[in-house]
Amino acid sequence: MPMPDNVDATTPKFLRDKYAIVGVGETDYTRGSTQTTRAKSTRAMATHAVKAAMADAGLKASDIDGMLSYQSNDSVFSPFVAGDLGIRLNFYMDVFGGGSSTEALIGIAIGVIEAGMCKTVVIFRSMNGFSQVRIGGTGARAAAPVSGDMLHSRSYGWQSAGQMFAPSFMRHMYDYGTTAEQVAAVRVAHSHHASNNPKALYKKRVTVEDVVTSRMICKPLHLLDCCVETDNANAIIVTSAERARDLQHHPVLIRGVVGRCCKPRVDMHYQTGPISTVAGHYAKEILWPNAGVGPEDVDLTGSYDAFTFTTMLQLEDYGFCKKGEGGAYVSDGTIKLGGKRPNNTSGGHLCEGYTHGIAMVIENVRQLRHDADDSCPIGPDGKRRHTYDYREGGCRQVKDAEVSANMGWAMPGTGSALVMRRG
Amino acid sequence: MISAEYLGMPLEINELDKENLDYFAHCAKHDFHLQRCCGCHLFRYPPATACPWCTDERSDWVPVEGKGTVHSYTEVHHAIQPAFKPYVPYLILLVELDTQSGKPTPDEGLRVIGNLATADGVLAPRKDVSRVGIGTRVRMVFSDVAPGLSLPQWTIDEEATQKADAWRYRPE
Repeated sequence: MPMPDNVDATTPKFLRDKYAIVGVGETDYTRGSTQTTRAKSTRAMATHAVKAAMADAGLKASDIDGMLSYQSNDSVFSPFVAGDLGIRLNFYMDVFGGGSSTEALIGIAIGVIEAGMCKTVVIFRSMNGFSQVRIGGTGARAAAPVSGDMLHSRSYGWQSAGQMFAPSFMRHMYDYGTTAEQVAAVRVAHSHHASNNPKALYKKRVTVEDVVTSRMICKPLHLLDCCVETDNANAIIVTSAERARDLQHHPVLIRGVVGRCCKPRVDMHYQTGPISTVAGHYAKEILWPNAGVGPEDVDLTGSYDAFTFTTMLQLEDYGFCKKGEGGAYVSDGTIKLGGKRPNNTSGGHLCEGYTHGIAMVIENVRQLRHDADDSCPIGPDGKRRHTYDYREGGCRQVKDAEVSANMGWAMPGTGSALVMRRG
Repeated sequence: MISAEYLGMPLEINELDKENLDYFAHCAKHDFHLQRCCGCHLFRYPPATACPWCTDERSDWVPVEGKGTVHSYTEVHHAIQPAFKPYVPYLILLVELDTQSGKPTPDEGLRVIGNLATADGVLAPRKDVSRVGIGTRVRMVFSDVAPGLSLPQWTIDEEATQKADAWRYRPE
């Protein structure tokens, strides 16, 4: 697809389309020990995911020379994973972070390749978000002493992500009249998508009624407004578009990235209003000019769904609809498969599994390859014959997908984003 | 160094965390103070090592009236910390103080976190929880934790004129 090149950018335009994602891989999404699986170490899971991404790209250990990971004191570091797989690194870095990391690390990968530090970078996230350090805040994390800035939050029973973000969600309802039913439509859409994703942990389709009658967690969040906790690892491989042309998949090119763009005073962003506006409000000023496209050019989105509300707030602040109209946007059919611009076609964190954002990038890479791993029949050439029949258990490939946007979320005050296109 | 327990949680302030030691010491006297910048004279919250408006590292602790309006809130039904479970549903309030409201820009204010509490600083019962929403007038009270450490909390300001239409998520 032709791309405009006459848009002002904050970074040099020549980086558009110069780098690509060439390999993706993951473990199963599990919740600890079941009859058929056993919980694994973050090291074993990371190794498996990186190996799967290498196989997907058609790269050997000797082809990889850079590694990046992110974690929250809950995972393995790059050198162990590289060592286990016999990868000799020219560069590695393990950073602290959660849901706004993947897109930011893709930007860093481009930077270090551009700087000549290495040629091909693996990015991974490995977490036992159910079996070890639970994302909801129970378990090991809850036992740590409360000190420093936490004295002004955890002391008040203000600890889990849902509790911390809820004042922003509540204020959006107050400021704009957004309703619980409108936002519940995010869970409904993602559950429909997950029903066509054999990997998803929750494949059952739900209704708006199911969401708004589920148990209240902290207002305005019902149980089904919240994502799942799972154990899993995911990996992606970034290299130059030039090298990508020799590899086995149709290249997926990187148009632009934004990394950990913040609202003012992100340590306590509630001091700066309007609190119903999130970091995407600032990030969009970097994302769209750098990518040389706008929201109207995007065929599918990956707006982070730690909660139904996070998807809605970001789609709104990145400009997919007018400010205040996010509730209508997510409930009018646009974000469902078969709609104008489906969001999180894998089922996302609400249904597929929780991976701090990286799986949403993997899903969009597969979509742009026109190779979503659904249940459609595989032809003699080894490629899926997509039916575009989105009924339960069927296809989840977006027809003719050319451009995607991912919007990662750390908290209301911090976000990252990525625009990719089919090469 | 202060080390104490509150609702099943170990709270700690180490001797290098001067800003929090000072903040909570004033609270322990039930006398709310905030840092005011010596350069631009704006208050800030929470305690910090420099002024977010002008970068000046110098500040004085100045008394601030503990009165304000609920800017947003959440009502917790599923407590994470075990000792909060007997108090559900409990409210976490983001309260915009009257002091410095709408300054230095219309979008800014001193928005101080606290639970809805009774006048003696215990998490409020359900009958009070159901009265509070965005717009409710509240006043500060304190939960005493240890010498040198009390937590500022909020209670309904019964003396204030309450607007009839405080906004609540789906009032029962």
